[in-house]
Amino acid sequence: MSLFGFFKARNTAPVARERLQILLAHERAMVGGSDLAAILREEILAVIAKHVAIDQEKVQVKLDRGGSVSTLEIDIEMPGLVKN
Amino acid sequence: MSKVLVVTSGKGGVGKTTSTAALGAALALAGQKVVVVDFDVGLRNLDLVMGAERRVVYDLINVVNGDAKLAQALIRDKRNDNLSLLAASQTRDKDALTSEGVAMVIEQLREKFDWVICDSPAGIEKGALLAMYHADLAVVVTNPEVSSVRDSDRIIGMLDSKTAKAERGDKMEKVLLLTRYDQVRAARGEMLKVEDVLEILSIPLLGIVPESEEVLRASNLGSPIVLSNPASAPARAYADAVRRLQGETVPMNIPVDRKGIFAKLMSWRVA
Repeated sequence: MSLFGFFKARNTAPVARERLQILLAHERAMVGGSDLAAILREEILAVIAKHVAIDQEKVQVKLDRGGSVSTLEIDIEMPGLVKN
Repeated sequence: MSKVLVVTSGKGGVGKTTSTAALGAALALAGQKVVVVDFDVGLRNLDLVMGAERRVVYDLINVVNGDAKLAQALIRDKRNDNLSLLAASQTRDKDALTSEGVAMVIEQLREKFDWVICDSPAGIEKGALLAMYHADLAVVVTNPEVSSVRDSDRIIGMLDSKTAKAERGDKMEKVLLLTRYDQVRAARGEMLKVEDVLEILSIPLLGIVPESEEVLRASNLGSPIVLSNPASAPARAYADAVRRLQGETVPMNIPVDRKGIFAKLMSWRVA
C-alpha cells in the first residue's frame, strides 16, 4: 500500500461527515412533517389495499436514504390473482 | 433458551451504545442469532453506530402500536446475517413506550433470537426502566471515573428492585463492563483501578475495554468495532467478554493496541 493509501484508509472522519450530512438532511425534513418516503409508503399500500386484501406479514418495505437519491422498495405478496 | 440482556449505566456517554453494538456483533460472529434493540426513544443512535441509519423504516414504537409487524421492523445487518437491529423512534416522545407493548415485543423477540440486547437510554427514567425490566442479565457499563461509578451504583440498586426478576423475588444477575480504561494512568495512580471499581460496586467483572482511538474510528464508519477492526484492543476485549457471557472461563487481561513503528512515531510527534 502506498503512503497515500495508508492515510486514506485511516481517515474515517470524512465518512462520518458524509453519513451525518445525509442523515441530518433527512431528519430535518421529517421534523417539518414531510417524510416523503413514509407518505409514499402509506399511500401506495392504501391504494393496493383497495383492490386486494394485503397480509401485513407479506409486505416488506426497504428504504435507502441517500444524498441525492433515495430508494423505496415495497415488496407485496398478492394472493389470488390467478384462479385455479 | 434465549437470553435478554440490558446494557445500562445511568450516566450518559460511557459507551452503552458502542458496547451494545460490539457485544451484539461478537455474539453474532460466534454463530448466535442476535437482535440489538434501541430503547432511547427520541435520541436514537444505535442505528448510526451500526451503520443502518439510512435503512430504518419502522421502529420499536411502530411495532408496539401495531403499525408494523415485528418482521417488517427488524433490520438485518449487511455484514452478518445473524445480527438484526430494532431501532428506536426518532420523532415520538418516550411516553409512547408502554410496558405492555414492550413486554409483547420482547416476548416475540425471544422466540426469534438467542440473544436480545437492549440498549438503555441514560438516566433512571421510564426509558431506562423499560429497557431493564425484562432482562435476565444486566451489563453495567462503567468508566473508571467518580460520577460514572456513582451512577452505576444507583442503577445496580434499580436493577435489584425495579425489574421483573426482582419483583418475582429472584436475584438479578449483573456484571460490570469497565470501559475507557487506561492502564498507564491507573498504574500511575491518576485513575481508579479495576480493583477499586470492583470493590466499590461489588459485582462480577465481565470485561475491561481499554481506551482506544479505534472506538471513534469504528463509530465514524458505522460498524461495530469487532467487525471493522477485530484485531484492535477494544475488539479483543469485547470478544473475550462475549466468550464469558457464553459461559467460557477466559483469563482477565487488558488488551493493548499493537502499533506499528510509523503510528508510534506519529503519536509521539503529536504528543
